[in-house]
Amino acid sequence: MLESLKGTWRYRQFITTSIRHELVTRFARSRIGGAWMIIHPLSMVLIYALVLSAVLAAKLPGIDSQYAYAIYLTAGMLGWSLFSEILNRCLGVFIENSNLMKKLVFPKVALPVIITGSCLINNLALFVVILVVFAILGHFTPSTLPWLIVLTGITVLLALGLGLLLGILNVFIRDIGQLMPIVLQFLFWFTPVVYPAEIVPEALQTLIAFNPLFHLIGAYHSVLAYGHAPSVAALVGLAVLGAGLLFVSAILFRKASPEMVDAL
Amino acid sequence: MSQSPHQQSETQSTTHTRPKPLLEIRELGKAYRRYPNELMRVASWFSAIKPLEETWILRDVNFDIAQGEAVGIVGQNGAGKSTLLKMITGTLRPTEGYIRTHGRVAAILELGMGFNGELTGRQNVLHSAGLMGFTHAQIDDAMEDIEAFAEIGDYFDQPMRVYSSGMQMRVAFSVATAFRPEVLIVDEALSVGDAYFQHKSFDRIREFQRQGTSLLIVSHDKAAIQSLCDRAILLDQGRVLEDGLPQDIMDYYNAIIAQKENAKVEITPLDSGQIQTRSGSGEASVKQISLHATNGNALDVVDVGQPVELRIEVAIHADLPELVAGYKLKDRVGQDVFGTNTWHTHQVERQLNAGETLTYCLRFNANLGPGSYSVSLSLHRSDTHLTHNYQWIDHALVFQMVNMEKDFFLGTSWVMPTIQCERKTAKSSAPNESV
Repeated sequence: MLESLKGTWRYRQFITTSIRHELVTRFARSRIGGAWMIIHPLSMVLIYALVLSAVLAAKLPGIDSQYAYAIYLTAGMLGWSLFSEILNRCLGVFIENSNLMKKLVFPKVALPVIITGSCLINNLALFVVILVVFAILGHFTPSTLPWLIVLTGITVLLALGLGLLLGILNVFIRDIGQLMPIVLQFLFWFTPVVYPAEIVPEALQTLIAFNPLFHLIGAYHSVLAYGHAPSVAALVGLAVLGAGLLFVSAILFRKASPEMVDAL
Repeated sequence: MSQSPHQQSETQSTTHTRPKPLLEIRELGKAYRRYPNELMRVASWFSAIKPLEETWILRDVNFDIAQGEAVGIVGQNGAGKSTLLKMITGTLRPTEGYIRTHGRVAAILELGMGFNGELTGRQNVLHSAGLMGFTHAQIDDAMEDIEAFAEIGDYFDQPMRVYSSGMQMRVAFSVATAFRPEVLIVDEALSVGDAYFQHKSFDRIREFQRQGTSLLIVSHDKAAIQSLCDRAILLDQGRVLEDGLPQDIMDYYNAIIAQKENAKVEITPLDSGQIQTRSGSGEASVKQISLHATNGNALDVVDVGQPVELRIEVAIHADLPELVAGYKLKDRVGQDVFGTNTWHTHQVERQLNAGETLTYCLRFNANLGPGSYSVSLSLHRSDTHLTHNYQWIDHALVFQMVNMEKDFFLGTSWVMPTIQCERKTAKSSAPNESV
């Protein structure tokens, strides 16, 4: 563990240029360059805010705005998009970097760090856009915003833990890479992101409580949409789960690494 | 060859003064394991599940490389060269044994790994050197050198997609060698850009070696191995077959690639300290070889430019459809000086019967530089010894060239020119002296 932290520090130059290059190449040769980074999430939020609010104007209990549904939805999306982006990229991280791993020696821990860094930047852009849109809609919850730092940390922990675990296995059993997008779809609809948690039938309420993302996205809703503090007990539970997953994937990586490059 | 590491370093110490080795390889082996399914493989990390089968790509590899030593790795495709190098660089993990390196290992194998066409040369250098584990400050210090060495001018600050492939290679080589490593692995594809840059990159590698970097050179090119390396290691089917002087190893390697028909390869140490390699299927063999002056006297010392006659007696042991005899003159370090065979001279003998003997007389002027030369012989079918090799003998005959009456010259070939020189004074343009 300490060894890999040292390696990350030693390769900080590689990590920072990787993250920067990822952004640079994404917008290279486009006229307005980095502005696309704002335009993409902005259009997404605007579609939800304007279109869906017009169609589904139903007020949600606890949010005092005619755009209640849009606000609820974007709050959830902020958490979900971070989770799913990190998870998806971790799933293919070793396979996509197989050339690099086969030919050069570097601490592999740098790869998930790069992913986390670049996903966090994307998420930050989305967050800024959301704040602006919320301000325009007249919805502002400044007192609970600092909680987002904690939520982001927990989301990263969960996504990295699960993503790396599956990413390592995916090197050997490639079906995982095919299966996960489907599972993620199920997970998305099994988590109250596009629908309010309250409309879930009683019978399913207990079942859905087993989904860790239910609690994570719920916390995002509390902080961004309802403006009250999230349940600390739930957050502690999620953090422990995330740390546990990350620990298991670290052990799995240690066991798998002698054979990893052989299988790539 | 089952030399213990101890013996190896003993034999080496006669040719080199060996400080602490930079690279120690002991009992190294790599196996690929197969399991009934991949779930079993995952389970095997946590339990004692045995693999279905193990395929050993490399096994029992032992050698040391001393500071400043240049070692060539030769072997046919699939002999385990790449696997060995990948384990030395550290991308592959050994299944057994260990590699101990003292210092940084760098490889000029995959030049331009991780280069991005949208980024400038400078940005790519920063990224690439970061991938080698250097910090921003270290790279900044070296950036000027890298830019100067690559010599691509203003292109250095343009996106790499507009580079020619040669320019990319120049930048890639410049980064890869910006920091002197303790062990440098050089692939045979050291054809970096044009001839000018190749010389330049070669000089840099030589300079590293002078400063104490050990070189590991992988190549099929005999000339490269013999001119660059102090030592060569021959890998065959995942094992070290031979470890010794480059010229001996290359002879042996040559014999192996001809060994297609279960012919055996014999190696005998000669009195001169060189090693003779004999191989072939044996349907025809050389009975005798001798060098004579034009008056018929046997020679072992030849004057530069002297007309000589090489006599080769060949015995046929089985009925053969055709026979080609070839010979090659090699200098002291094993570089080819001249060679041809009777296929190229359109003198193929056909329909030979067992029991026949043939005597070839090769007359030529010994226009060779002073020094020791050896003759290699081959008897085979068609144009090369690679198919139907009846016999191949290295160092079949050794003779000395001496310069008794010619003017002093250097090199292995006597190509004496007539030299003319014109001098012009500032006032008159007419030549006033010639030599």
